[in-house]
Amino acid sequence: MSSKGAPENRPRKGIPEGLWTRCPGCAAVLYRPELERNLFVCPKCSHHMRIGARLRLEWFLDTDSTVEIAAGISPVDFLQFKDTRRYRDRLVQAQKTTGERDALVTMTGTLNGAPVVAAAFEFAFLGGSMGSVVGERFVRACNTALEMKAPLICFSASGGARMQEALTSLMQMAKTSAALSRLARYGVPYLSVMTDPTTGGVTASLAMLGDINIAEPGALIGFAGPRVIEQTVRESLPEGFQHAEFLLASGAIDLILDRREHRNRIGRLVHLLGSSKPT
Amino acid sequence: MYLNFLDFEHPIAEIEAQLAELRRLKESGEPVDLEIERLARLSQETTQEIFANLDAWKITQLSRHPQRPYTLDYIARLFTDVEFLAGDRSTADDPALVGGVARFEGRAIVFLGHQKGRDTKEKVFRNFGMPRPEGYRKALRLMRFAERFHLPLITFIDTPGAYPGIDAEKHNQSEAIARNLEAMAELRVPILSCVIGEGGSGGALAIGVGDRLLMLQYSIYSVISPEGCASILWKSASKAPEAASTLGLTADKIYALGMADEVIVEPLGGGHRDVPALMSSVREALHRHLSELVGKTEEDLLAERMARIMHYGTYEQ
Repeated sequence: MSSKGAPENRPRKGIPEGLWTRCPGCAAVLYRPELERNLFVCPKCSHHMRIGARLRLEWFLDTDSTVEIAAGISPVDFLQFKDTRRYRDRLVQAQKTTGERDALVTMTGTLNGAPVVAAAFEFAFLGGSMGSVVGERFVRACNTALEMKAPLICFSASGGARMQEALTSLMQMAKTSAALSRLARYGVPYLSVMTDPTTGGVTASLAMLGDINIAEPGALIGFAGPRVIEQTVRESLPEGFQHAEFLLASGAIDLILDRREHRNRIGRLVHLLGSSKPT
Repeated sequence: MYLNFLDFEHPIAEIEAQLAELRRLKESGEPVDLEIERLARLSQETTQEIFANLDAWKITQLSRHPQRPYTLDYIARLFTDVEFLAGDRSTADDPALVGGVARFEGRAIVFLGHQKGRDTKEKVFRNFGMPRPEGYRKALRLMRFAERFHLPLITFIDTPGAYPGIDAEKHNQSEAIARNLEAMAELRVPILSCVIGEGGSGGALAIGVGDRLLMLQYSIYSVISPEGCASILWKSASKAPEAASTLGLTADKIYALGMADEVIVEPLGGGHRDVPALMSSVREALHRHLSELVGKTEEDLLAERMARIMHYGTYEQ
């Protein structure tokens, strides 16, 4: 997992705390209100800080256009999974910290006037890991997009499958990919936006299946984590390995988009793909 | 066959060593028949006792047993008219994931399977059964091939997982896996999968989405290896036995959760102790499920598969 962002800068409830924030990219001390106006992209070096799911969707979709989908679905500790702590306790704590019931938020709304369905991972919720609720919410977002014939846009930020749901979490890879296969069959566009970090089972399912694969600058994106790879191959990794720019150069993604351009550029793409009425 | 015993099988190994010694003495005319009979019975009883109480970690070790039959053993014993088809048509052929066309119980089929190596040289050649993106892409090509010729797909799962390598990432193994999951969801032929050893995470699932999932009694299927899980959650790989138990990765647990359709019972002591008996059970189970699947209309097959996939998951409304 990426080590970007000192713990004190980690988003809580989607918003870094305190009036001043140090940029993890260039170490500049930044004034919070200005940073917020800048969508938590450093005004000095353009480093993209992690942001919460709800905040991102509120920014991305037109003001007052959003309706949440599948909000009532909650996680259950159906295996009574216990490592050093109980999964149940981890869930309660994550819910308290983030204000979310699980790691994916899904909404309908408009983007520059065009109806869309949008989903965003909450990385602060157990590392944005994908379990039953994330899988089911993603599927419902797909189904809503299908009914509305509206494009689906998903912002991923995840460490992968949720180990505490064991094999069931692996099966969410199959489930989300199957929902996307149905979307593709009906010609409904799906745009995947990978943000820092997107790894493991989420990358190897819904994140890489975009009709257009987009990344935020500098985002760590991969299947295996860099540390695991280093331990396996016993050599140091190439410069910039598994970062958005590396993926662009190696052909894995279509484009890198600065967060501040998301609304306009993704909005324009959505229009070009023809699933929305021209305004 | 010279048997290879795991640590927890030590009592059996000791008896078997004594038996081997007695059989040698018998060759030279020693009157040891009664003792051989007694020890053979004891060996059988001890094995029964040990195998009646296997925990998840012991089953994990059995699933990785060095003498356990691998995909190529199944192909050789279950199929006829076998042709292996190689390559992803772009970069390479991946020896860790084999595939081809063959006949099974009279019916032409396409097969796919992970392949591990027996000796050190072959282990390296097969990359310990960990596919690279080229392997998944070859698999996808053969899935489409199966679809084109209306041939059912049979897959054998036996991999520690995807390969955490530099080139594997550079060639976007995430996309290669994801693309297979997407394709298998709507592939217009029956897909029958059988976990024969290790079902390791995304590398296993990449050929494992379909209409039926069978698991051998001493196979495992998990989102992460017990060692990996232990080092992340317990911060110590030595907690792997605890992780194995917590992950519920054994065939009976996965069957109980509704994710496997059948557990194929193995011969006493594990499939490697009686390969012909193992093969006969696997043949029977594969044939039975395949016969059911080929009888379905394409529409029903795909609707049932989609419903099955959408059913994965437990949550509160």
